[in-house]
Amino acid sequence: MGQGTDALYTRTLTDLARGLKDGEFSSRELTESLLQRIDDHQQRLNAFITVTADDALQRADAADKARANGNESLLNGLPIVHKDLFCTKGVLTTCGSRILANFISPYDATVVERISAAGAVMLGKTNMDEFAMGSSTETSYYGPVTNPWNIKLSPGGSSGGSAAAVAARIVPAATGTDTGGSIRQPAALTGTVGLKPTYGRVSRFGMVAFASSLDQAGVITRSVEDAALLLSVIAGYDKRDSTSVDHPVPDYVAGLSKSVKGLKIGIVRQHFDEGLAADCEERVKAALTALKEEGATLIEIDLPNIDLSVPAYYVVAPAECSSNLSRFDGVRFGHRADNPEDLFDLYCRTRSEGFGAEVQRRIMTGTYVLSAGYYDAYYLKAQKVRQLISQDFKKAFENVDVIAGPTAPTTAFAIGEKTDDPIQMYLNDIYTIGANLAGLPGISVPCGFADGLPVGLQLVAPHFAEETILACAHQYQQLTDWHAQGPEEFS
Amino acid sequence: MSLTRDQVQHIATLARLKLADAELDEVVDKLSRIVDFVDQLQAARTDDVLPMAHPLNMSQRLRADEVTEPNERDRIQKNASRIGNGYYLVPRVIE
Repeated sequence: MGQGTDALYTRTLTDLARGLKDGEFSSRELTESLLQRIDDHQQRLNAFITVTADDALQRADAADKARANGNESLLNGLPIVHKDLFCTKGVLTTCGSRILANFISPYDATVVERISAAGAVMLGKTNMDEFAMGSSTETSYYGPVTNPWNIKLSPGGSSGGSAAAVAARIVPAATGTDTGGSIRQPAALTGTVGLKPTYGRVSRFGMVAFASSLDQAGVITRSVEDAALLLSVIAGYDKRDSTSVDHPVPDYVAGLSKSVKGLKIGIVRQHFDEGLAADCEERVKAALTALKEEGATLIEIDLPNIDLSVPAYYVVAPAECSSNLSRFDGVRFGHRADNPEDLFDLYCRTRSEGFGAEVQRRIMTGTYVLSAGYYDAYYLKAQKVRQLISQDFKKAFENVDVIAGPTAPTTAFAIGEKTDDPIQMYLNDIYTIGANLAGLPGISVPCGFADGLPVGLQLVAPHFAEETILACAHQYQQLTDWHAQGPEEFS
Repeated sequence: MSLTRDQVQHIATLARLKLADAELDEVVDKLSRIVDFVDQLQAARTDDVLPMAHPLNMSQRLRADEVTEPNERDRIQKNASRIGNGYYLVPRVIE
């Protein structure tokens, strides 16, 4: 019997891997201890939609057996939870929506398959904004998720369940998806690490599609080292995703030791304007100074069209959403309205009953910008502006290795505070959306506290330069211990 | 308001959504605010700019048209509300 299993939840994946290897505890003990922790805090956080306890214990036993036989894979017996947007074979996959409230996926997403093949134990599926459309995890049909730092506040979103579970020391790592900031913004608001890889780096196969040209899978962890470990597992070509890129996958963990000495860090002038809360600005600037003291060079840069990133996004993303969500018709799977008068009535009532208000708004926005007479003025115009923004980044990266700045304009906000004003909610992603429009990798790493709430530092790199931001973020975590500080109520 | 009630009803019909009368005004208000917000784009000068079709400006890969998946109809249809003889059942369309 292992010792000290009651504090396993405080440890990182890398640390737990060591403990398992050294026989300090078994996968079953680890799994039982974390399942208990999920149970203890579900009521306060609502971070989970489904807990897969029985499967998890079986998998843990299999992992223990594999270890005993000297048959260990990279993540053997380590815990993971998946955002409920990833299809999981034989397990409920709701995407936070009523329309998928009864959907048992017949297959695994590639991300799920790869993590599982590496030996990890899935403990459950995390809560999220409905179809990942939101920045607060309040649009979930399954109720809002709360922020472990103060349960009156939102953890951000849309991967809010994943972020809250990792921040509350319930699990060391979770998957997420990021279409406009849905990994990085909740990571910033909960004091966790959130990594969104390059578009095409990780397969989207089996992710319920929101905006196909923007969606990308990634991870939320407490240490950058864990994020690098998981990226090594999930990155890589997949023939089942036609936008997956066949690009070599480096050893991301090995790359972490690279020093920031000589690293050219671009600071975007437009990111430090009146939209940024003063106390967040102070924390982000202190982080930049710390990197400078380690030998990095800070260079002021301009992204002249970045102010148009949120409006461009709110044309492109809803347009793609209206098309992707047309598959939910009540016929082949998902919710279906009772006693339809005819097929049209079946479609309309199924969709109005199945989708929440924000999802319906985005479907209608998308339908409008794609409709006859408006396509050129909105959709085509937004795709041109997107090209301009992408070119701005390309030009900036001729002079700098990474771009650094705030992840979010403020710390966590109150649940209910922004639900009446869609534009205020959309502006939460003002610093993160640019990376999605341009397909760039980004990471948010904790860089301190303002009024007791976490603040995130965002690093963005050129396409496929995940190694650069991972190394920079990891080096920053060697200088500071922000990421090691957890919310008192959950410590 | 940049959108009218009629316009919003038309959009809802195109999107196969049914809006209750009681919620229509709120939907018109919020959608109008979103349209006003994205209207900022009109100020951008995009004269010789090609619209972006792919975030990495790559072209989409093609594959051979081959059967690669087994037929798993029965398993997949377990998620359907109404099926019969391997078909999905919907309200009668042709009298």
